[in-house]
Amino acid sequence: MEMKQKELERPASGAQPAPLVPPVDIVEDGDGILVIADLPGVAKEAISIGVEDDTLTIEGVVSLGEPAQMQPVYAEIGVARFRRSFVLGRDLDTSRIEAQMKNGVLRLRVPKLERAKPRRIEVRAD
Amino acid sequence: MFPSLTRFPGDLFVEMEGLQRQVEQLLGVRRAPSSIRAAGRGAFPAINMGVTPEAVEIYAFAPGVEPSAIDVSVDKGVLSIAGERASTLPAGDEKVSVYADERFAGSFRRVVSLPEDADTARVEASYRNGVLKIVIPRHEASKPRRIEVKD
Repeated sequence: MEMKQKELERPASGAQPAPLVPPVDIVEDGDGILVIADLPGVAKEAISIGVEDDTLTIEGVVSLGEPAQMQPVYAEIGVARFRRSFVLGRDLDTSRIEAQMKNGVLRLRVPKLERAKPRRIEVRAD
Repeated sequence: MFPSLTRFPGDLFVEMEGLQRQVEQLLGVRRAPSSIRAAGRGAFPAINMGVTPEAVEIYAFAPGVEPSAIDVSVDKGVLSIAGERASTLPAGDEKVSVYADERFAGSFRRVVSLPEDADTARVEASYRNGVLKIVIPRHEASKPRRIEVKD
């Protein structure tokens, strides 16, 4: 019991603060899904996109290049890391994900598997 | 200074200190709990501000905005950042489903009050990786300097 209380008081001893969750837009069309994520301050080289089983994870590290002797006065972004995960459907082709980064915005295109693309189903009349 | 003197209740020193604190609060010398212009979570763009001995630096997290479309202006010690970010969502397409629409779209304006020693005649702004960086030098007089002790 005592242990638990201590853990509650100091849950993050030595642990990193929770990463920021980037806002996203997600759109689906006939060919696949487009994920657009805001990752300001993240360079192209500082992004990692991974797929494990059916989970897609986007991670990015913010670097502002601020001078070493800078003292913060006011901060709305207090953590220098973004992270967000999504569970993908089985109809998506994770081997052909395309990613593009411009002005701190990531555009991620996850295409559908060929067999999962929409097709018209004929309705037969007997 | 004389800690024993200040222990008396109603002591002149204690009163003076309390009065000084009130004056400082009124003048904004001490840092207020939060700025009146501070925005809640989710304001666009988010703003960080810091100081170095040479300059005041402001970082506005404004991804996906054309640098030429950002309007930065300074007036009476107040910095404004304004602009517009277009929606990336397709409008009125039947074959498209939208599952998440969290990113900010529309026109924005944020205002920051600058420290008094900011030299607003020389403001520099740059945009990189979706972050607008504004550097404003501090007046010479407020920079820390070493004073030589003569013989």
